[in-house]
Amino acid sequence: MRKTFVFIAGATLSAAAFAASSAFAGQAAAPAGDVAKGKASFDRTGCWQCHGRQGQGGREGPRIASPVPMTWSVLSKFVRTTRGNMPPYTENVLSNQELADIYAYMRSIPPAPDFKTIPMLNGMMTTASAER
Amino acid sequence: MRGNVVKRKNAPTKVSRRKFLSGVAMTGAATAVSVAGEGKAAVEAARPAATRPSTAAAQAELATQSVHVAPGTLPGRPGSDFMVDVLKSLEIDFVFSNPASSCRGIHESIVTYGRNKKPEFITCMHEESAVAMTHGYYKVAGKPAAALCHGTVGLQHAAMAVYNAWCDRAASIVMVGNRMDAATRQPGVPTIHAVQDPGSLIRDFTKWDDNPQSLQHFAESMVRAYKVTMTPPLEPVLMVLEEKLQEDAIEGGGRPLVIPKLNNVAPPAGDPNAVREAARLLAMAENPVIVVDRVGRTAAGVRHLVELAEALNAPVIDQLGRMNMPNNHYLYQLGGGGLIERADVILGLELTDLWGTVNNSDDSVEMAQVYRPKAGARLISIGMGDLYIRANYQDFERYQQVDIAIGADAETTLPMLTEYVKQAIPADRRAKIAERGDKARKGQAQARQRMLTQAAANAWDASPVSSARLSAEIWQQIKNENWALVSRDSSLSNWPHRLWTFDQHHQFIGGPGGAGIGYGLPAAVGAAFAHREADRRLCVNIQNDGDSMYAPGALWTAAHHKVPMLTIMWNNRAYHQEIMHLQRMANWRQRGIENPHIGTTIWDPYINYAKLAEALGHVGIGPITDPKDLAGAIKRGLDAVKMGEPVLIDVVTQPR
Repeated sequence: MRKTFVFIAGATLSAAAFAASSAFAGQAAAPAGDVAKGKASFDRTGCWQCHGRQGQGGREGPRIASPVPMTWSVLSKFVRTTRGNMPPYTENVLSNQELADIYAYMRSIPPAPDFKTIPMLNGMMTTASAER
Repeated sequence: MRGNVVKRKNAPTKVSRRKFLSGVAMTGAATAVSVAGEGKAAVEAARPAATRPSTAAAQAELATQSVHVAPGTLPGRPGSDFMVDVLKSLEIDFVFSNPASSCRGIHESIVTYGRNKKPEFITCMHEESAVAMTHGYYKVAGKPAAALCHGTVGLQHAAMAVYNAWCDRAASIVMVGNRMDAATRQPGVPTIHAVQDPGSLIRDFTKWDDNPQSLQHFAESMVRAYKVTMTPPLEPVLMVLEEKLQEDAIEGGGRPLVIPKLNNVAPPAGDPNAVREAARLLAMAENPVIVVDRVGRTAAGVRHLVELAEALNAPVIDQLGRMNMPNNHYLYQLGGGGLIERADVILGLELTDLWGTVNNSDDSVEMAQVYRPKAGARLISIGMGDLYIRANYQDFERYQQVDIAIGADAETTLPMLTEYVKQAIPADRRAKIAERGDKARKGQAQARQRMLTQAAANAWDASPVSSARLSAEIWQQIKNENWALVSRDSSLSNWPHRLWTFDQHHQFIGGPGGAGIGYGLPAAVGAAFAHREADRRLCVNIQNDGDSMYAPGALWTAAHHKVPMLTIMWNNRAYHQEIMHLQRMANWRQRGIENPHIGTTIWDPYINYAKLAEALGHVGIGPITDPKDLAGAIKRGLDAVKMGEPVLIDVVTQPR
């Protein structure tokens, strides 16, 4: 079971480009989206199960927020057509508007703090540097 | 039915229940015939023939005053006392067990004759937990404990834990009680629970089993069992404890019982010619990479691996089957993104899955599979997997062709390999290898900064609590203690391995091996037993919630036996991996993604693990949902653990 998900992170949303499944998905600029509805869709469709409640990423899915690491064009193509460990979310299960709302929600998540402003983490930089 | 005295021609003062029982059986047979022929009155008349003699009759028959026969007692020392002598000779410290009638003889001998010390009888609430405790115990103590189970239903319960130990190359001596003789078994349940061949149930995933039919046979087989389970590849073994041997008096008059001396087997090192050729390839490589899973069989394995890595300045990708290498070493890699693809020589040491290491395999409709190494890259494997294999269960994984396959114990082979590598490095390559080391040192510092940046990004203040935050909060309070993590950390996206410093062999024990759920909690308890005995180390168990509910009684075992341990419940309220599988099915089939939570989540009601733990004798804290409450909860928990209490803190977490 371990190996099933170990390599998912590198195979999901970090992919560069895929064939567009619709004209919508290929738009360079993101369509208008509703942050609140996007959060609801993010929760309902289970994006958080792999990418975390705040899109922070984890073992099964990379970070997708704070900031969003890809353009709308790349994201929308990937979500519709991925053939990797992340399954494709076609329009049958996720509408164009829902995807736009999710993108708006992802963009609304504030940037992460610098770890140096968190004393607990900043201390780890120095202790860990005493490597063998 | 218990005991009697019969005269033995060559040992007049000795007693033998076995001989007496044979007499009973013969009488009983005769009686059965008379029942058919003469009716109830005849049966009543026949019964006195099977009754025990009086003390006076026995003394007269044996010509000695030393024999006293009390009604219903066993004359002489029971066979299970001798079995305890054998366990003591092997320095078995613990017998993890759920009590069972087929083991009542040795159970009584352990707790009374053996004074319940070395071995101590540890009360478990499930046989699966008992075996999992031996599994965790071995990985810390470096020697086996025993599990004691009922021969049929008990062993059926234990089977999954035995499979985990098998896959994880862990030593464990599983003992089961059984009564073969149908004529002396009680009817009903004892007969339902008897079996002709107890070992058949788990023979596919045990290295050896035996069903001794005499005490001398038992002594030799138990010593052999210890030797077999501790010889690489370390695997569980099964010993059947025949009930009659346990319960009958030790027969006198024959040869004296002898407990053989244990001979440990020196593990095999690789063929020198093959090792030399592997060394030559590694020494001449531009980008050698070492991948390890269970090379750190002992602390020596860690030292030997560091020496090899430093001789080559080759990165080491740790698959976390054991504590293989200090994670603050400049050559240590977790995940090792891109290293396999860039390598020209890849050395796999005690890998469970070499194929999965050098191939990407998507769990997708297309099932895309990609061989990762570049063209011409050479593969070398060293491990015991090629020397020992079974057919049925597929834990040997897919076949991967390699350039050099060395069937040997990697830990034992490493010193030879390192020496040959040093000899094979030409003078004009030494500067290049040194340069590789300098680059790795700089890279490690940069990687550390990336990790900490990501930790901060990992929803630092989010509720539920993020894996990075929880890991950092625990580390903050244990880093100056003599600590050990007695669980794996994959569910936390390996954040402990990314933020903590693991530099001692005892600080990490890997995972279940067979991925059988229900291992985590009892294995942690078993490991904590060993840590308590070793140095009263501070044990931290980061416990998956779903796993814990397979056998929560393990918490009671820890409390009952005064095993201090801090359990942090990683409570993501789901069988989370299965959620992802259901999502995948739903998306492939394009018919809605509304239902994957059904059957995969642990909601409605939420489980209150703190209260559960309190009911099982722990200090229960939580549930903690706000990360700001973590520091206080952990401090309170650690204070209690240092006072000898087992503690559980329920932390509601992000999925991974």
